[in-house]
Amino acid sequence: MKAGLMRARSPLPGFGLTFGITMAALSVVVLLPIGALLGRGIAIGPAELWQMIDTPRIWAALALSFRAALIASLFNLVFGLLLAWVLVRYRFPGRGLVDAAVDLPFALPTAVAGIALGALYAPNGVFGQLLAPFGIRVAYTEAGIWLALIFIGLPFVVRTVQPVIAEIDHELEEASATLGAHRAYTLRRVVLPILTPALLTGFALAMARSVGEYGSVIFIAGNLPFTSEIAPLLIVIRLEEYNYDAAAAIGIAMLVISFAMLLAINLIQIWSRRRIAHA
Amino acid sequence: MPDVILVPHRDVTTEPRLVRGLLVGVVLLLIGILLFAPLAAVFASALSEGLRASLESLTLPEVRSAIRLTLMVAAIVVPLNAVLGIAAAWAIAKFDFRGKAVLITLIDLPFSVSPVVAGLSLVLLAGAQSSLGAWFAAHDIRIVFALPAIVLATLFVTFPFVARELIPIMIEQGRAEEEAALTLGASGWRTFRTVTLPNIRWALLYGVLLCNARAMGEFGAVAVVSGKIRGETTTMPIMVEMLYNEYLSVAAFSLAGVLALLALVTLTLKSLLEWRHADVLAATRRH
Repeated sequence: MKAGLMRARSPLPGFGLTFGITMAALSVVVLLPIGALLGRGIAIGPAELWQMIDTPRIWAALALSFRAALIASLFNLVFGLLLAWVLVRYRFPGRGLVDAAVDLPFALPTAVAGIALGALYAPNGVFGQLLAPFGIRVAYTEAGIWLALIFIGLPFVVRTVQPVIAEIDHELEEASATLGAHRAYTLRRVVLPILTPALLTGFALAMARSVGEYGSVIFIAGNLPFTSEIAPLLIVIRLEEYNYDAAAAIGIAMLVISFAMLLAINLIQIWSRRRIAHA
Repeated sequence: MPDVILVPHRDVTTEPRLVRGLLVGVVLLLIGILLFAPLAAVFASALSEGLRASLESLTLPEVRSAIRLTLMVAAIVVPLNAVLGIAAAWAIAKFDFRGKAVLITLIDLPFSVSPVVAGLSLVLLAGAQSSLGAWFAAHDIRIVFALPAIVLATLFVTFPFVARELIPIMIEQGRAEEEAALTLGASGWRTFRTVTLPNIRWALLYGVLLCNARAMGEFGAVAVVSGKIRGETTTMPIMVEMLYNEYLSVAAFSLAGVLALLALVTLTLKSLLEWRHADVLAATRRH
């Protein structure tokens, strides 16, 4: 079967209708608004736009959003892998509960997560009081932003890696052990390469989500310009001042980051599909 | 009888017992700190002045109107999203056409766009300063800072939810069953209703469940387009923020507790679905 030659028209009805509905909805809900944002940017002009973005406060906010998302997603990359491995391979009491709980960040509204973290890590909160004697402050610092982004990004790596671990053939690991490899060597050289594409996809999805996150962060971040003010918050501030051009400029910068991330996800998927095809 | 050789059995495809125990311990500890503690904090703070105070705070007029608005938004967005998701999945899974990969990427686009940027885009499109917004204003139609923009913003952030669940399953199921039904003389609509729909219903329910959770809980996009007019355009999450910023802790956490209970119901139903229909949903998980 040459999949590339499957150009024959499907005998099923409804293509025009469903394709039309999809395109109409996509246009009205997603493409027109994004077009309006980009259009605003064009109207402002590239030189002006760059001048508006090129301020210390905006760079600080963009850098903070990106840095915090990177740190949180790296944590989730390692912890997500560990969590997925433990959930698939080990049997222990409470496994089902933990497995179900992994999706909590998908189900719990971000504002609820935000005020809950705020309550826990505030100086008078349960964890805040525990950490204070060690001189560790989480709420109203950058560490608070990491924590919020770890929370909302937690499920991505687990849920992309889990099914891949479940499908690994045990015989591969047995063969490796039979040939004299240590367990650690088997994990590193046999298991990890199989999981790499899923790990990268989960990491990129968590990154994409974390960079633009707003609701869970603003309650724990302190929101001070230059130190704990994330880029989406700066957009909200500009909008509240009715400074639409400035808001649009930051929005376009964030959109560029999103598109780069989307491209990375697609490239990872193309790369992993090729790798599987060659294997 | 062959000799039975007794060697201590050591499974070579798992880690030493001690390592396993340690890893499980680390996972349980971190899950407790990262997931269960915040959830417990919501309910503990809500009940800090007793159940009665908590329940009374939910009867405030502005809180009740926030609950009504959120239910209304979800009632509009979720069915619309289900229909759009089915349409998109039907076109993508059952037909071959140029640009299919581009279409899938565009459907997934809202996953990569910050909700705040989504809200900003809507304001720029239909706000009072835009030409479209001016036209609407001239015809006395309110979009931004009113229900239509809240619905549009929620549709934006939930756009991929149902389609993403259905596309892999419908691709895997192919179109042979539908072709057979059509050959036997069934109409297109009947084929969809009696052949396709029963095949995808669990995945559809799964997508609807996730879509509903996000629709009721969306904060960033709605915060930007709602204008936060108290009692009018404040959804439940926006109301939680307002109460929290006004130091009405019990009220804020009680309303947050209602949303958290909703999240727990969602997770329970989701686990039930995964447990009873693991085979059908496995197709989705693999992508």
